[in-house]
Amino acid sequence: MKTFPRGGVHPPENKLSAGVPVEVLPVPGTVVVPLSQHLGAPAEAVVAKGDRVLVGQLLGKAAGFVSAPVHSPVSGTVAGVDMVANGSGIKGLSVTISVEGDEWMPQIDRTDRVGYDCQMSAEEIVKKIADAGIVGMGGATFPTSVKLTPPQGKKAEMLIINGVECEPFLTSDHRVMLEHTAEVLVGVGLLARALGVEKTFVGVENNKPDAIDVLRKVYGNILRELPPMEIVPLKVKYPQGGEKQLITAITGRTVPSGGLPIDVGCVVQNVGTAFAVYEAVMKNKPLVERVVTVTGAVERPANFLVRIGTPVSALLDAVGGLPEDCGKVIGGGPMMGRAMSNLDAPVTKGTSGILVLDRRTAVRCAESDCIKCGKCLTVCPMGLEPYLLAPLVQKQRWDEVETHRVMDCIECGCCSYTCPAKIPLLDWIRLGKAEVGKIIRSRLNR
Amino acid sequence: MEHKLTISPSPHLFSRRSTRGIMGDVLIALLPALAVSVWVFGFDVLAVTAVAVGSCVVFEWLAGRFLLGDGGTSVGNLSAVVTGVLLAFNLPSNIPLWLVILGSFVAIGIGKMTFGGLGKNPFNPALVGRVFLLVAYPVQMTTFPPVDGVSGATPLALAKSGGLDAVDYNSLLMGFKSGSLGEVAALALLLGGLYLLARRVITWQIPVAVLGSMALFSAVLWFVNPGVYMSPLFHLLTGGAMLGALFMATDYSTSPMGWRGGLIFGTGIGVITIVIRLWGAYPEGMSFAILIMNSLVPLINKVRR
Repeated sequence: MKTFPRGGVHPPENKLSAGVPVEVLPVPGTVVVPLSQHLGAPAEAVVAKGDRVLVGQLLGKAAGFVSAPVHSPVSGTVAGVDMVANGSGIKGLSVTISVEGDEWMPQIDRTDRVGYDCQMSAEEIVKKIADAGIVGMGGATFPTSVKLTPPQGKKAEMLIINGVECEPFLTSDHRVMLEHTAEVLVGVGLLARALGVEKTFVGVENNKPDAIDVLRKVYGNILRELPPMEIVPLKVKYPQGGEKQLITAITGRTVPSGGLPIDVGCVVQNVGTAFAVYEAVMKNKPLVERVVTVTGAVERPANFLVRIGTPVSALLDAVGGLPEDCGKVIGGGPMMGRAMSNLDAPVTKGTSGILVLDRRTAVRCAESDCIKCGKCLTVCPMGLEPYLLAPLVQKQRWDEVETHRVMDCIECGCCSYTCPAKIPLLDWIRLGKAEVGKIIRSRLNR
Repeated sequence: MEHKLTISPSPHLFSRRSTRGIMGDVLIALLPALAVSVWVFGFDVLAVTAVAVGSCVVFEWLAGRFLLGDGGTSVGNLSAVVTGVLLAFNLPSNIPLWLVILGSFVAIGIGKMTFGGLGKNPFNPALVGRVFLLVAYPVQMTTFPPVDGVSGATPLALAKSGGLDAVDYNSLLMGFKSGSLGEVAALALLLGGLYLLARRVITWQIPVAVLGSMALFSAVLWFVNPGVYMSPLFHLLTGGAMLGALFMATDYSTSPMGWRGGLIFGTGIGVITIVIRLWGAYPEGMSFAILIMNSLVPLINKVRR
């Protein structure tokens, strides 16, 4: 079975909601749609207080190349365009809409009929994806259309679809692959056409044999409609779904230090993104809803189809509310997600899951002295030496922090996870990355 | 919804393994050898082990409380208990108990706490204690109780003086031979080592490199002149080979990081051990070999890059 060559850990998988079909969450009374739900410049608002909007109508247009437009996930009246706090409590410009009914833009095809036939050129597909506001839905939220436009002189040779979902607990990608197999595959085909690649791989971790089977079966049935692709089962090991790890696992190529996947001819897209691409191109539907796993220490772990802008608290209510001994609510998975301080914050394009941890799990253990066991070094998928980086950062020896390749860290958290002395290694390494990043930028500006 | 939410950077999940758990695993792995030792040498073994463990813990607590200022909390991680057992394993069962206390003081006080405690000591503390005793009290350290009515000389000492006629590999393997109380039970130690490997407390590189290089080196000499040199199997089953390779050389703080360093480190230990055994003043060289290679660890760690 294919896997990445170096490091990794295997935390308990805890895919509690894997067998729970996606339910449609009712549209809430009010939604808050941030204009910045992606990496890059925030969208520029094109609506004002008092405007009537329909589902799918443009709320904010992309502000530059690395940016993405934002569409209304509901129909109703704009109640305001102002600063609203996100899950971390940081305020950003957002459009608040009071929901009235559920009226969609007329050109959006809301039927379930799977469309296969697309006569668009590569440029037209990329434009459609850009206009639909699609971003990386695994959580990175990098505008998809930018990834589909390789820089001058670089050529994409292969497309890799990330259906790994290596984070414990999360099951949204798994459910999308099971319930929308044909749509995902058509979306993959569209992405392959947009890039003009010869080879396409869909990587799925081997703890989802049902998804691997159904992808292969459906692919066999609709073979004629699709460009050639290969479904690749991958060993269950975290971070198998890390972009660089996935590329090495499937192609054997290594993204150079400081480089991008395109440097080795690869483009990686998430299965959720492929589904959104299908809906955008074949159904004229912009990115206004997504599948979110709500799981952990809750009564009824579930997967929901949620309108963007729905408050996280509404999702938690739908699974029985927060438990008495709730200690932490995480946006995303337990390894790379962000702890939330504000549960009124909205679901955004990058919200793959909401994870609730009880109080005992939420609290970090007391830190003790490094015993030099070297576990952090053997689990680091990038071959770094966390035990060495942490004290170098503490001593602010930034030159050495840089030469020990701190900028290669992908922040997967394997080092902190595995440390028997419970040293918060990644906290220190992040601090080092921030400082060294500043130093590198000032060097470039000089 | 009035919940106090914890906010912290990712990851939010941690493995259950702790320093204390690792030390606990090492202690479990040492139990079979301890049991065999009691069978071979009698209840003196338990007295020596108890005194070594007790005094190591007391010295760890005193140094922590009064010198390092950690309130003596580091005894909770069980590393002093491991050092105590390993020190006892390196002593004859009939050693005067006051020497055990002195050895524990040197092991913990000088070998470990002067450097700042667990993880900061460059030399294996138990071996610092043992080698101090060996050099300062050579008579008490090399007078072993007779096993099965046979004289108290170790097989390695006999081989060195040419007094070894026939080798009974079975008793070497099972532990019915003279020697330090914890080193004799080769099979039981191997069992404990396999447990540590299975629990992923240690990796295979260091033990395999130590034992492999010992076997290879001695095999070459044995093929050249079997009349003078002992067989590789004899070398693996005698002295501190098993205890050293599986439990002493694999000590985290005093061994290199990563597999490449482990192979270099282990090979160095194996070669030096055989050199001392064959051409040195002492019949056994495992302790010295490990301590010598301990001193090279910072250098070996640079080889990774």
